[in-house]
Parts: sequence; C-alpha cells; structure tokens
Amino acid sequence: MAAASISVTESPLVSYLLRRADDALILGHRLSEWCGHAPMLEEEMALANIGLDLIGQARELYGYAATAEAAGHDEDDLAYLRDERQYANLLLVEQPNGDFARTMVRQLFYSAFVDPFWRATMASQDPTLAAIAAKSEKESAYHLRHAAEWVIRLGDGTAESKRRAQAAVDDLWAFTGELFHADAVDQGLIARGIAIDPESLRAAWTATVSDVLRAATLTKPANDWMQKGGRAGHHSEHLGHLLSELQWLQRTYPGATW
Amino acid sequence: MTVPTIQLWEVFIRSRNGLAHRHVGSLHATDATLALQAARDVYTRRGEGLSIWVVPSNAIVASDPADKDMMFEPAMSKIYRHPTFYEVPEEVGHM
Repeated sequence: MAAASISVTESPLVSYLLRRADDALILGHRLSEWCGHAPMLEEEMALANIGLDLIGQARELYGYAATAEAAGHDEDDLAYLRDERQYANLLLVEQPNGDFARTMVRQLFYSAFVDPFWRATMASQDPTLAAIAAKSEKESAYHLRHAAEWVIRLGDGTAESKRRAQAAVDDLWAFTGELFHADAVDQGLIARGIAIDPESLRAAWTATVSDVLRAATLTKPANDWMQKGGRAGHHSEHLGHLLSELQWLQRTYPGATW
Repeated sequence: MTVPTIQLWEVFIRSRNGLAHRHVGSLHATDATLALQAARDVYTRRGEGLSIWVVPSNAIVASDPADKDMMFEPAMSKIYRHPTFYEVPEEVGHM
C-alpha cells in the first residue's frame, strides 16, 4: 500500500524553511545522479561530496521546519511525502544534469546566490536559522569555488567545451531571475529580521557570475526574460520524474529503514 | 573514460599542527588549482587534513629500484648507527 502525501500546515517560517530545504534536496539529488557517471574519479568524488553537503543542509532545514510546524511530521515525511505541487524549490535546481558543463553552470548560478545568502542569514534574528547558515556557508563557499573554477576552464578550454558551456549558460539563464523573487511569505519574515531580502544579494550574484563568465570567455545572455513558478509549486516537467525516483522507496514501503 | 593527457599529481596531507606533510596518494588534474580542489575532495573527506601540498608527479626524482643493493644494502650491517647502545636511566622513563 503506497504512502499518501501529507498535508503541511505552513506558517511563513515553515514555508521559508521548506523552500530552502527543497532547493538543497533537489540539487543534492541531481548531483547524486552523477554517481558512477562522472567524467573522472576526482569529479565523481567532488560531485558526491557536494551533493551530500546539500542533502545535509536539507536535513537540518526539514528538521527545523518539522519542529516549527509541530504537527508530528519529521524530516523524512517532509522530504518523501509531499508531492510535486507541494515542493517549492527553484526551477533552476530541478533542471536535468545534462553534460558536465551544464551541471557546473547550474551549480555556479545557485552557489553564487546561496553563498552570500547563507552569509547574510548568519545574522538572522532566528538563532536556529543563523546556526544552520553558519554551517552551510562554509560548504557553499567551497561549492562556489569548485563550480567557478570549472566554468572558467570549460569556457576557456576547447572549442567543444566552450560550445557546451555557452549553451548551458544560455539555457539556464532564464531560471536565475527566480533567485531574487520575494513574495508575501518572505516579506513578513524580512520585516522581522528573520529572512534575507534576496534582492539585496543581486549585486553580489551579478558581480560573481559576470567575473566568472568574463574569465571563462563566455557571453552573458542579453535576454532578461525570466521564468518563475517554483516557489508556488509550478514546476517544469522534470521535477515529477525526479520525485518519483527520490520518493519511490518510502512511498512503496512506508517507513522502510536499513 | 581515460584521459591520458591529464597531469598526474602527488598529494601530501598534514593531519595536525606540528606533524610533517605525508604522502597519501595521487590524482589527475589539469592544473595546480584543480589539483588542490581534487585533493581536498578525494583525500580529506573524513577530516584527515589541515594542509595540503600537491606536486606534479614528474617533478619527483626517484631512486631506481635496480640500484637498491648499492643504495641501501651497505647500511644494513652498520648496527652501530642505531642509538641502541645507550643505557637510559630509569628516571627518564619512556623516550
């Protein structure tokens, strides 16, 4: 008998935590898909390490969300028993891995945002969130460096690596606007000093990404049309497939452990 | 996938302050920056290190195994080079 989805009572804080947790879990899961398929042993380890960092961040955020909701759910319920429309991750992180260049460009776009995001969140009025931020910031600082170094080498590498890196930049660009979108859930928490206004991180993100693209001899897309919807549960066609793999075991064998 | 043109690096890790860097293995990377990153990812996942050195493998000059008799055999019979002939006073304890 398959486990049904749970219904989560989302206060603004719970929503805010779930969004960040979903970002980390979905991107971490994407990186885990590289296991056994990475182009070289060294990157096999690096991608798995980064994926595990992200899944660790997701666990802490889900755990805190479960505590804040206080409805008897735990981190596993929140990860495994919410359906696609309940997931509120950024569209960027659910995009398929594609080739190594695409995975690195996706990682750069996310890390260039989330590294300053965590650094700013260390000053949150919410001490639990500030503590999660302090731990996560050190991880995301490395993720950013790792991705940036690779994007520079792929862009400024061979004709083939440059072509692939530029295609990834062009295709993923429309998903970067959502990083800076704040809705009513965010606004209340921002006013209370709990959440960070993502708009305040735009200049840092733009500077980081522009510097890396310039060093990589890649062109920043001129197109400023941005796709959004992830925060409201409106996902691309890719998330449902990802969740079916992520959740299959717990849905089919509820409470399975090993 | 084998990429034969990628440079091989030797990795040395210092696990604690005061200890020497110790050879832990090797890896492939296209340049020094990526070699350091890869060393961090491959060899310090369980908190093994405080400091990493990477050295291009071809920068290491090694003794020839064929020379081992000439290189190492003469030292084998010089037991007087070991500091084992001193009486250590009891009060000194374990040295």
